[in-house]
Amino acid sequence: MYEFNYQKAGSVADAAAKVAGADDGTLMAGGMTLIPTLKQRLAMPSDVVDIGQLADLQGISVAGGKVSIGSMTTHDTVANSADVKGAIPALTVLASGIGDPMVRNRGTMGGSVANNDPAADYPGAVLGLGATVVTDKREIAGDDFFTGMFETALDEGEIITRIDFPVPTKAAYTKFPNPASRYAIVGVFVAQTADGVRVAVTGAGGTAFRATEMEAALNANFSPSALDGISVSADGLNKDIHASAEYRAHLIGVMAKRAVAACG
Amino acid sequence: MASVSMTINGKQVSGEVEGRTLLVEFLREHQRLTGTHVGCDTTQCGACTIHMNGEAVKSCTMLAVQADSAEVSTIEGLANGDELHPMQEAFREHHGLQCGFCTPGMIMSATALAKRNPSPSEADVRHWLEGNLCRCTGYHNIVKAVMAGARAMNA
Ligand SMILES: Cc1cc2nc3c(=O)[nH]c(=O)nc-3n(C[C@H](O)[C@H](O)[C@H](O)COP(=O)(O)OP(=O)(O)OC[C@H]3O[C@@H](n4cnc5c(N)ncnc54)[C@H](O)[C@@H]3O)c2cc1C
Ligand code: FES
Ligand code: FES
Repeated sequence: MYEFNYQKAGSVADAAAKVAGADDGTLMAGGMTLIPTLKQRLAMPSDVVDIGQLADLQGISVAGGKVSIGSMTTHDTVANSADVKGAIPALTVLASGIGDPMVRNRGTMGGSVANNDPAADYPGAVLGLGATVVTDKREIAGDDFFTGMFETALDEGEIITRIDFPVPTKAAYTKFPNPASRYAIVGVFVAQTADGVRVAVTGAGGTAFRATEMEAALNANFSPSALDGISVSADGLNKDIHASAEYRAHLIGVMAKRAVAACG
Repeated sequence: MASVSMTINGKQVSGEVEGRTLLVEFLREHQRLTGTHVGCDTTQCGACTIHMNGEAVKSCTMLAVQADSAEVSTIEGLANGDELHPMQEAFREHHGLQCGFCTPGMIMSATALAKRNPSPSEADVRHWLEGNLCRCTGYHNIVKAVMAGARAMNA
């Protein structure tokens, strides 16, 4: 790791000021992605501003048909929340399948969404539920948030404070995990919402995306068989040592059917 | 340089560290607590697992400054003098180790599981140990040891 100046933020405003005041400041949440990145010398920030401990950014509330989760809430807290389980059980399933217990004890929802790893799980839920990402400056619709591989609509230094998930009628998340890291080779989040069915795919492409042809079929008939005959093109999908683009395209169909079946 | 202070295995310690000093470096090199191992240094293997405020974390992926004011426990804090902790005793009894490199992390991870789940099934243990790798044992005896150790801890 290159040397950097560590600063602990006292509040969201203080964090924003510390990042703005630094030559090249970066936020740190759970550090589960940032610290490995720094170790590999893939980043060389002048300042690391720690927001992981901020009390305002922790916690879960369920009210008015939505589940609001503070950005620094850990995966483990979401996985074990009776409130989340009662309102959107698919989210607890998703959170409990991230990495391993030690990663879940430190890693946060906000860090995961801000990082937008193509294989991350939470982007599937943000898109699949049509969530709203709330920052220190504005609210960003889930549909507009993920702009490309490791890229988001966040401005430089903008801080995610919480994410609001509308409670769906039914939802399920199914992933085909990489057996070593548990990152999604393909993950599909299916939700029946007030505005119709949403199907979000993560792990398969550069960033999470909606499978609109599947959504139309499921709006007409919400059953796994409605997806028979819908194939997803492998063009532009990820390929690596774990899976070819064609294999990922096939998995999207399989995971989507399983998710619809899991909606019950 | 920043000053940090924390409780390690019940003892108050403090020291001067750089922002980039990892918690595992602070434990091993500053405090000479070398029971916590570094296997991969890339957040995969869990050999560096310790407890911070009662929860299992990978100390190779935390800065020492992030543990400021925290309660840390390491493998050195488990035994009571010559008397092994029930989880250590279960690893001995069930041959849950060969070279022993992964063992401190396995045991710290296992004791965290036992606190949440006093009587884990084989599937619970295998799922929980996803973040702890062992290159020797093939896991079978580790799983048996963790199941027995969790029951002994909660007996
Ligand atoms: C072994 C291992 C296995 C994993 N497996 C999975 C998996 O199966 N599925 C999965 O989804 N993820 C997985 N992860 C990633 C994990 O979920 C991380 O927690 C996550 O990617 C980053 O969260 P963090 O809180 O640690 O963020 P950090 O690493 O602290 O930060 C990540 C990035 O987000 C920025 N950031 C952090 N918080 C904010 C904020 N509030 N506002 C704006 N920007 C912010 C930081 O500046 C940084 O660039 C795994 C990680 C490891 C090490
Ligand atoms: S040394 Fe920390 S996870 Fe391997
Ligand atoms: S006993 Fe050798 S690595 Fe586990």
